[in-house]
Amino acid sequence: MKSITRAKPMESVLNGLAGYDRVFIAGCGTCATMCRTGGVNEVAAMRKALEEAGKLVTGTLVIPTACDTLTHECMEQNREAMEDAQVVLVMSCAFGVQTVAGYAGRPVQPALDTLFFGLETEPGHFAEVCMQCGDCVLARTAGICPVTACHKGLLNGPCGGTNNGKCEIDSSIDCAWTLIYNRLKEIGRLDLMHAYCEPKNFQAMAKPGHIDISAEGGESR
Amino acid sequence: MRQTFREALQSGKFVVTSEIGPPKGTNVESMLHHIDLLKDRIDGMNVTDNQSSVMRYPSVGGTLYIQERGGEPILQMTCRDRNRLALQADILFAYSRGIRNILCLTGDAVPVGDHKEAKGVFDLDSVQLLRTIRTMETGKDLGGNDLDGAVEFCAGAIVTPEANPIEPQMIKFEKKVKAGAEFIQTQAIYDLENFKRFMEVARKFDVKILAGIILLTSHRMAIYMNKNVPGVFVPQDLIDEMEAAPKGTKVAKGIEIAGRMIRRLKEEKICDGVHIMAIGKEEAVPDILDAAGL
Ligand code: SF4
Ligand code: SF4
Repeated sequence: MKSITRAKPMESVLNGLAGYDRVFIAGCGTCATMCRTGGVNEVAAMRKALEEAGKLVTGTLVIPTACDTLTHECMEQNREAMEDAQVVLVMSCAFGVQTVAGYAGRPVQPALDTLFFGLETEPGHFAEVCMQCGDCVLARTAGICPVTACHKGLLNGPCGGTNNGKCEIDSSIDCAWTLIYNRLKEIGRLDLMHAYCEPKNFQAMAKPGHIDISAEGGESR
Repeated sequence: MRQTFREALQSGKFVVTSEIGPPKGTNVESMLHHIDLLKDRIDGMNVTDNQSSVMRYPSVGGTLYIQERGGEPILQMTCRDRNRLALQADILFAYSRGIRNILCLTGDAVPVGDHKEAKGVFDLDSVQLLRTIRTMETGKDLGGNDLDGAVEFCAGAIVTPEANPIEPQMIKFEKKVKAGAEFIQTQAIYDLENFKRFMEVARKFDVKILAGIILLTSHRMAIYMNKNVPGVFVPQDLIDEMEAAPKGTKVAKGIEIAGRMIRRLKEEKICDGVHIMAIGKEEAVPDILDAAGL
């Protein structure tokens, strides 16, 4: 599982940096490296692009796992260069951005958009397979998530937009309900699709989600 | 008194419905003209609900005009733009104002429309919306709370007989009937042999089927629909027939074809009626009815 990111357009990065001359850049050695959005190469390229745009880059750092608590120590080791900067440009997913923001003591700016948690289905190809809805229905859909894979998140079967097994929004995307139907048929459980599925509980996990598994039996709210 | 749509469905007659597309804006003039053109000739008039995800005058507003002018309105409701609170509130409102027929749809995806950055709601799906209506008829809302004044509707849904693959569609069709759909208006059909095969299955269920008819206006339109509209299939012989029609007579040809299809559906008792989707050609609907001998 990886947190999937996409680089924001350079124009938007530069707009966000307007008014700042000195920038510290932090990348991430885990998901953003895998996605080729915040690894060593991308951080170096960003440094170059910012310098070309007239910025002074006070230092760069690729944090091993930006969302980890060790990020704090990592940043401490680069404190001097960071303190010399007016802003920290973070090339990691939003988890890393939020972690860095907690320690940076100065404005942070995301250089990436965080898209979804992806499963690597083939090298370099990530698919969103779960949206963490807190009310999992996979048992009735043969392990394919309709909440995520169906554009409309339908629970009782396909809409009328299915076109040769593809989704109405994009002919390159499989219709989730065609996939679910095929697999349920394969495993002899079409009865699950015939059964009515109640409206979903969209408050299954309170927003914002918190859980404390250190408490006895775990506790969520 | 005017026959209600439910009475028409139960009378055993060949039922005819059509639809009205509300305006983009507050100028309702041409919508009213279309209502007056059709209201005395058909058994029910759908009003589309932000069709193709294009923002328009609301379907409930259109149904009220039909009601005022003596027609029989069918309120289309999609799940795309409202969550379960808003849907139920609108159902209460429609009932209180005399609307008695509802068509429950999932709704097209947001990105196909004209507000591409909007949030698609889909809190409920079409099957769940049908059940919601049946629940509200018992005097309860979806939260299990008592309603001060219940509702009662003749509720229907849609199906796409030419969907590929068809099996998952048929499972959903069955769920819609079980959820309380009394009538089904189908996506446009052109191949009557295919449609007959669909009807062999559909006939087993206690629900009235109205075949969807869309007027062909050119052979290019047919080719376009085959390529771009999911679940619509115009056979080659109809495309050829449209192409062969001399310029200036294409619409007349389309009307002739639609009339011929409707007549066959009726004479061979293939289904219980038709739903004519005019899509901007409301003026032609009376001619289609004439061509069909209705
Ligand atoms: S239903 Fe889908 S989104 Fe929800 S927890 Fe299961 S896999 Fe994730
Ligand atoms: S075509 Fe399939 S995946 Fe796309 S919205 Fe409809 S049911 Fe969902």
